[in-house]
Amino acid sequence: MIIAVASGKGGTGKTTVAASLAVVWERPLAVVDLDVEAPNLHLFLEPELTASETAFMEIPQVDASRCTRCRACVDLCQFKAISLLGDALMTFPEMCHGCGACMAVCPENAMRPGRRPLGAISWGHAGPIRFAMGRLKIGEAMSPPLIRRTRQKIEVLARTGAADIIMDAPPGVSCPAVNAVMAADVILLVTEPTPFGLFDLRLAVQAFDPLGSRLGVVVNRAGIGNRDVYRFCDQRGIDILAEIPFERDLAEVYARGGIIAQARPAIRERFRQLGRKLAANREPSTADHFKAVRHA
Amino acid sequence: MAKIAVTSEGPNLDARVDSRFGRAAGFILVDPQTMHFEYVDNGASQVMAQGAGIQAAESVSRAGADVLLTGFVGPKAFQALAAAGIDVGQEVDGLTVREAVRRFINGAIPLTHAPNHRRAQQ
Amino acid sequence: MPEIVILSGKGGTGKTSLTAAFAHLAQNHVICDLDVDAPDLHLLLHPRPRHTEAFISGHEARIRAAACNRCGQCIDLCRFGAIMETDPPVVDPLKCEGCKLCVSRCPQTAIDFLPRHCGDWYVSDTRLGPMVHAQLFPAEENSGRLVARLRQEARELARQTRRDLILADGPPGIACPVISSLSGVDLAVVVTEPTPSGRHDLERIANLTAHFKITTLVIINKCDLNPAQMAAIETDCRRHGLTVIAALPHDPAVTAAMLAGQTVTEYAANGFSLHLQNAWAAIQDYLSHNRRKE
Repeated sequence: MIIAVASGKGGTGKTTVAASLAVVWERPLAVVDLDVEAPNLHLFLEPELTASETAFMEIPQVDASRCTRCRACVDLCQFKAISLLGDALMTFPEMCHGCGACMAVCPENAMRPGRRPLGAISWGHAGPIRFAMGRLKIGEAMSPPLIRRTRQKIEVLARTGAADIIMDAPPGVSCPAVNAVMAADVILLVTEPTPFGLFDLRLAVQAFDPLGSRLGVVVNRAGIGNRDVYRFCDQRGIDILAEIPFERDLAEVYARGGIIAQARPAIRERFRQLGRKLAANREPSTADHFKAVRHA
Repeated sequence: MAKIAVTSEGPNLDARVDSRFGRAAGFILVDPQTMHFEYVDNGASQVMAQGAGIQAAESVSRAGADVLLTGFVGPKAFQALAAAGIDVGQEVDGLTVREAVRRFINGAIPLTHAPNHRRAQQ
Repeated sequence: MPEIVILSGKGGTGKTSLTAAFAHLAQNHVICDLDVDAPDLHLLLHPRPRHTEAFISGHEARIRAAACNRCGQCIDLCRFGAIMETDPPVVDPLKCEGCKLCVSRCPQTAIDFLPRHCGDWYVSDTRLGPMVHAQLFPAEENSGRLVARLRQEARELARQTRRDLILADGPPGIACPVISSLSGVDLAVVVTEPTPSGRHDLERIANLTAHFKITTLVIINKCDLNPAQMAAIETDCRRHGLTVIAALPHDPAVTAAMLAGQTVTEYAANGFSLHLQNAWAAIQDYLSHNRRKE
């Protein structure tokens, strides 16, 4: 099964929850950091990264000798990645979305596939856990294709060991986040009980509910703020699967790069319970543990 | 003499120079010898999701301009203008189109050959 | 006109709470929320919109079922896997990139190409000055262009209302929206915290602002959380030539102010607020210094 740990905004403790859940998981596990703009999970799990590859996107390369300046590609490209200026057909690789329309439409076969690097995918192990992460190149604007490649990498790694997958998704609810969580069985939304937390949770539910995965909530920093997040979850019939108290020693563990599930036995137990509730979701017969949370 | 394109907030010579290039309201194409001009609307570029600068460079090139006067040209649009053989005079915002053309004719606007990527500096 | 953008890499560092406080301390400014995916600044500033506009960006494909002969070509062509193999095939708007390939190749011309309504943006009044902000619909993309649009509106608003500073709450991360929020700004202020993530993200933002040659100041929030990380961040900043203008201790007043729907400097006249006043004074110093250089 695939669990995506997500949140309406960053800094709610999404990565801490993903790392904690990973270390208490009771079955073979593969973990992936899909927050490619700011990957941080490796700082907590400290994996040994044994391999890496550059992820590329296909972009067109023009064979000027074949090009008849017919403009078919220029007129079709929606991203202004190809332009006819005077007599010169120019490509702007950083504008390209890799859709392949220019290559498909060219009547002269004057477009060859070239490539542009998006970033790096690295993988290895954190103890028994298979680990992969993507890291977007500085200045690169397109994260979704790198997210898709990184997700494919962990799927391959997980398949060889029949492992479950925990994905640390990018924060927020825009295109990169939706791309990341699309394949998940359960989307675990990490929030905090404050006005900011509630507003961002609402957005996350609005964005992820239509995907058809089950939704669950982890309330981090429980004890600060107010009860509005709890009321919202109750109204929407979304289960709160765990609460992590706001305590200074946990904040300090986090600040050291420690994993909060390893801070105290009581916290470890909370994450183990969370893990069991999620795992129960795997088999339909025990799905009552995790009541269906979706509303049409 | 060269045909001049000036980014413009309005359709005549007394409109202000639009400081933007890609997302300029429009262009005024001027024949500096006769001061005859025509206005080219740039509305299509303004709504583009991306690549407005490149689109605008195409439009200016197709209109037959040899020189562009504007406020600020980004790096990709500059590349496109260079490929089309168009010289660029930048940082002429704050003037009317007529004043900008006059200054150009008097040689008071240097033509740059690199994008002014960060004009806020220095 | 000077433009300042407040950034943080990751979220949760307190970027928005600090931006709101600066919006309270600044004079004669326009406020701009560029965090269009999860805008939170409005929860503290309570903007009253006086102008609302739809943000239309790009297109999406839609198959007209009646005209489709189920040839399946579009399904094979689409590189984004956006066309579901149903009967009739349906375009998944979440996956459609708006590239028009299917539209142009459909033998039955059965695919429409419709403008995409991605969100709304607003020009509003707040008790702390005029504000430009937006809400992207969930799962919509292309927030980079919306960021550019908001900045353009903020500049226009500042010109009309004769205001001489734009203060922007920046988007999270380091990709497209952040790049849009940075191009041509006068000053970037990065809010970080003494955690491994905070330190790591500061490094990435610093590389980005260096790439764009933008003067960058640093605020370390929750500075008392971990002295070792705090020292490491200060060392990093020296190495990158970044000036740390404030180190702020954790203070429950930040959450309390949030619950009260106020900025922290409005809510509590305590030591924390004093730190913020000093930080704002430092930002102003840098701005006037930058202007002298021009």
